Amino acid sequence: MTQFPPLHDATPTYVPDGSTIALEGFTHLIPFAAGHEIVRQQKRDLTLVRMTPDLIYDQLIGMGCARKLVFSWGGNPGVGSLHRLRDAVEHAWPRSLEIEEHSHAAMAAAYAAGAAGLPCAILRGYAGSDLIAHNTNIRSVECPFTGEKLAAVPAIRPDVAIVHAQRADRAGNVLIEGITGVQKEVVLAARSAIVTVEEIVADLRAPSPNSTVLPAWTITAIAVAPGGARPSYAHGYYARDNAFYIAWDAISRDRDQFTRWMREHVLETPVEAVA
Amino acid sequence: MSASYTSTEMMAIAAARLLRNDDVCFVGIGAPSLACNLARLTHAPDITLIYESGTVGARPDVLPLSIGDPELCETARTTVSVPEMFAYWLQGGRISVGFLGGAQLDRFANINSSVIGPYDQPKVRLPGGGGAPEIAALCRQTYVVMAQTKRSFVKRVDFVTSFGFGEGGDDRQRLGIKTAGPTLVITDLCVMRPDPTTKELVVTALHPGVTREQVAENTGWPVRFADPLEVTPSPTDEELSTLRDLQRRTAEAHAAKPAPSGVSADPSTSLGMTTGGVIPSERSESRDLHPGSAA
Repeated sequence: MTQFPPLHDATPTYVPDGSTIALEGFTHLIPFAAGHEIVRQQKRDLTLVRMTPDLIYDQLIGMGCARKLVFSWGGNPGVGSLHRLRDAVEHAWPRSLEIEEHSHAAMAAAYAAGAAGLPCAILRGYAGSDLIAHNTNIRSVECPFTGEKLAAVPAIRPDVAIVHAQRADRAGNVLIEGITGVQKEVVLAARSAIVTVEEIVADLRAPSPNSTVLPAWTITAIAVAPGGARPSYAHGYYARDNAFYIAWDAISRDRDQFTRWMREHVLETPVEAVA
Repeated sequence: MSASYTSTEMMAIAAARLLRNDDVCFVGIGAPSLACNLARLTHAPDITLIYESGTVGARPDVLPLSIGDPELCETARTTVSVPEMFAYWLQGGRISVGFLGGAQLDRFANINSSVIGPYDQPKVRLPGGGGAPEIAALCRQTYVVMAQTKRSFVKRVDFVTSFGFGEGGDDRQRLGIKTAGPTLVITDLCVMRPDPTTKELVVTALHPGVTREQVAENTGWPVRFADPLEVTPSPTDEELSTLRDLQRRTAEAHAAKPAPSGVSADPSTSLGMTTGGVIPSERSESRDLHPGSAA
C-alpha cells in the first residue's frame, strides 16, 4: 500500500544517514521541497546520485549532507558554476566530497539498466575520453556477436529515488507530464521511491493512453508539496524561475552568504511555508 | 551594407549560416542554441533542433536558459525520455550535426569541459562533459563554437572530455569511431577546419576586419592559414536584426538585468561550458568589428 505521509515524516523513514539517494528531474520537476527537508533534518554521509546536480545538490553539498556525488554535468544551466560543488571539490568545504563522474549517456543507460534489473548498462560511449582513466566504474565489454568493444557502467540502484510529479490520485497512481527525464527509470531502479506531488486528485486525468503513469504499487510514499519543484518547474502548473537560477550565482558564491540564505530560506522555513 | 556588429554576433551568424534546412542538430545551451535558432529564423525554417532533455523538433520563441526550459517542450514535435534520447536518437545515428563548446580546445579539436589542472586536485572544477563525450563520437559531424583566446585555444588540453582527433591522423578510426568528428570550428575571429591528413586545425576564413596576427595572438599553438584564405561575408541587416530581436526577447523572458553579466567575472564561466555549449555572455569584452573599416 502506498503511504501518504507528510514530507517531514517520510524523510527520516526513507533517508537514513549514509544512504544512497537519487533526486531526479532533468531540469524539470526537480524535487526541491524534498531536498530542503533533507537539509532541515541534517542528514549526513549521503551518496547523492543525479545526472545534473543543479541547485538542489549544490545546497545539499554546501550544507554538509553529502559524502559522495555521482553525476554527469555539474553546473548551473546557462549561468555558470555550482559554487558549493566547486568549493567542496576544490577546497573540501564544508567537507571533502568524493566524486564519480560519468557522461549523460552512461548515466541515463545506467538508470535504465537499474529499472530493467540488469547488473550493468552497455553503450557506445566514452570513446577517447579521459573520464575512463579517472572512474573505475567505466569499463568495457566485447560484443559476443560482432566483437565490437563497448563501454559498460554498473546499473544505478539507489536506496531511495525521490521525484516530483504533477499529481497523484487517491490510490497513489502518479502522473508525470512534459520533460520526463529519467523519472520513470529512477523510480523503477530504486529500492524505495518517494514522490512529491503538486496535488492529490480524485481522477488522475491522464491525457493519453500513452501518458507516463507510475502505478501506485511502484511507489513507496507520496507527499503533497505544492510548489515543491520551485525554482525548477512543473509543466502545466508553474514556470521555471530563471531569474532565481541567475540570482543563485551571487548567493552561492560566498560561504557566509550561502549559509545565511540557507538558514533563512530553508532551515528556518518549514515545508508548509513554501507552499 | 550592414551596421557595426560585435565579434560575438559575427560568431553566431557565421555558425548559423553553416546549418542546412534538412539538418538534425543536437543543440547545447549558449552559443550553439543561439546559432541554431538563428538559422531556423532565417534560411533554415525546417531545421530540426534536438535538446538533450528529450525535446525533438523544438521551435522556441525565446532562447532557453537551461537545456530543459518549458518553452522547448511546449514547442517540440515530441518529447522523449532522456535514456531514449541518448540511446535511440544520438547513439542510433539520427543526428547530422552536433554542437560542442568547452573551456579548452586544442589543435586536434579535443575539448576539455571537466577540469583545469590535475583531475584529483583541480585548479578549477568545471561542470563536466554532460552529453558531450557521446555527441563528439556519435553525431555524423560536429561543429565547435567557441570564443577564441590564448587561454582557451591551447596546444594540448588539460583533460580530454570529448575526443576530437586525438593526436591527429587516423586516431578516430583507430578507436573505432565511425563519424567525421569536428569538421568546423567557428570562433569570434575566424573559421577553422581540420587538415585532411594531419587533422590539425587550419584557419580557412577570417571574419571581416580580423587580421592573421590577431588570430595568431589568440591561439596557443603556431596556427597555420589556408591558401587561399577566405573572408567571411559580413552579417546582413536581416541576420543582425533577427539575432538582436531573439536576444532581446530572451533577455526579457529571463527577467535578467543585462544578460547574466555577473557571470563573466568567474574564471570557470568565462572559460565557458555546458553540454556542448558555451555561455552566452561569457566574453565580457566582445570585440567590436566594423566592416566599414575593413572595406
